[in-house]
Amino acid sequence: MNNLLILPLLIPLCTAVLLIFLKRSIPLQRWISAIGSAANVAAAGYILYQVKTDGIQTLYMSGWVPPYGITFVADMLAALLVLVTAIIGSFCLFYSFSSIGEERERHYFYPLLQFLLVGVSGSFLTGDIFNLFVCFEVMLISSYALIVLGGTKIQLRESLKYILINILSSALFVAAIAYLYGVVGTLNMADLSQRVAEAGQDGVLNVIAIMFMIVFSLKAGLFLFFWLPGSYSAPPAAITALFGALLTKVGLYALLRTFTLIFYHEPSITHEWMGWMAGATMALGAFGALAYKDIPRILNYNVVISIGFIAFGLTAANKDSLDGAVLYLVHDMLAKALLFILGGIVIAAARTTKLNGMGGLIRTYPYLGWMFFVTALAIAGIPPLSGFPGKMMILRGGLQNEQFWLVALSLASSFIVLYSLMRIFMSAFWGEERQVPVMSGKQQRSMLIPAAGLLVIVVTMGLCAEWLYDFVSVAGDTLINPSLYIDAVLKEGMR
Amino acid sequence: MELYMSLAIGVLFTVGVYLILSKSILRIILGTSFLTHGVHLLLLTMSRLKTGSAPLLGEKAESYVDPLPQALILTSIVISFGVTSFFFVLAYKAYQKLGTDDMEQLRGKDDE
Repeated sequence: MNNLLILPLLIPLCTAVLLIFLKRSIPLQRWISAIGSAANVAAAGYILYQVKTDGIQTLYMSGWVPPYGITFVADMLAALLVLVTAIIGSFCLFYSFSSIGEERERHYFYPLLQFLLVGVSGSFLTGDIFNLFVCFEVMLISSYALIVLGGTKIQLRESLKYILINILSSALFVAAIAYLYGVVGTLNMADLSQRVAEAGQDGVLNVIAIMFMIVFSLKAGLFLFFWLPGSYSAPPAAITALFGALLTKVGLYALLRTFTLIFYHEPSITHEWMGWMAGATMALGAFGALAYKDIPRILNYNVVISIGFIAFGLTAANKDSLDGAVLYLVHDMLAKALLFILGGIVIAAARTTKLNGMGGLIRTYPYLGWMFFVTALAIAGIPPLSGFPGKMMILRGGLQNEQFWLVALSLASSFIVLYSLMRIFMSAFWGEERQVPVMSGKQQRSMLIPAAGLLVIVVTMGLCAEWLYDFVSVAGDTLINPSLYIDAVLKEGMR
Repeated sequence: MELYMSLAIGVLFTVGVYLILSKSILRIILGTSFLTHGVHLLLLTMSRLKTGSAPLLGEKAESYVDPLPQALILTSIVISFGVTSFFFVLAYKAYQKLGTDDMEQLRGKDDE
């Protein structure tokens, strides 16, 4: 029992409720949401420290022992992701101070951002499958409001599609939970895992597993990503950075959790399918990243490629590849947030989203240019930077598993990631200067400081990968060996 | 009994999917409501429709029906209620601003 586990939910929730009452005073809203975010990072960091020193932490709501009550579980994976979420939340918040505009700030932007963080942290920490659904909905409903906030034509049009897809996948999620409850009669994930193991994952449970795979793939944009590029290009950069970094990754986390903890008995069916889907995601994402000359679209297809890549790490399902998937997931959340923030600054500086209309920004914005360059290298996975160790471990896991085609495909997609980002860099920063009004120094600094902070974290993660691996390998142990998780949740309840 | 319920749920799903694939936005929203109705009935059905008393301890009955799915459905109903009302307002706003309720005309990548 550890009551601190509720803090990553409680802090943003209380902040959000408080912010609703402070609609009139924007400076006060900023201060309070900044304090809330800082407290959230501190709490998440402390939970990570506790998980590192004392092992998996659990919290039984109102003292009801599992499987009867709702359990919160922080294993190393959840604790890492909660910390990364808190960090991304605060950097996106700092970036939105200078970029989001007063009109949106007055219409509950900051409370919605905090509610989004509640849903994301809750999804990472919960140990109950229906509670996972509820946390998904908290996250999604905030994202509906954020995607349409401002009400421009493109936002209205794209949010209609985004909401429809998510209502559909939520309905499927509830249907899958209903079937699962009908077959095994429990909702607690650890207990589910035991009962599925006892029943043997036969015909019905395989169907349910595939249903969960479809649901989470829709949320994560794994193969079923047709809704993603359009929806994510509608809202402003600060919001897209949150979406690209957090929302799809929650779907990936749910895939990782269900297919390592609950449905891991028939990899020849489930994991094989997911391998095909991961390969198709990487290939189609690469086509998209090559095809467009529009910064938001290129960045969105880069999100798709990385989802396919992490799912590949899950399908190989050995220690190396799962370690690599966790490491790459942590890197990718931070790096994608950074990339979207930098992309937003580039668009603000060039006053257009089209690559054809920009050029020569390196003379007026040298820092922005080189930051974008380093970020692109980090995402492609150039050795000293943070994308490399995760990528290498996933590929090593894939080779051990003899999935040569997928390894080749992911190497090829890395080249395309590098090419597509370098194309943005070269056409935006090099070449002939265009006549556009230059941002004032103060405005530039206020936008670049949060990006610089994230960049420092990303570079440090690459340089200190050895140190980070100490954490990641613990997360990989729990994924490869579900009994560690089950014992931590159920054994402590017996006492 | 479960068989009839399954058939009814199947019909609800079919109608829902058919409506979601249509052009008009109002028909799509109706379709999502049919779908969520089907899902809620499915939750109820999957806990076996044994006869038993309502889950109130004051009833002092021999056996009670499973209380858990009822709690799940109640949660899911209010969530889908909130989402549907948001969807309706969004459709209204989109109709005002875009001047159409035809999904065919809401295509395209142009940013206006």
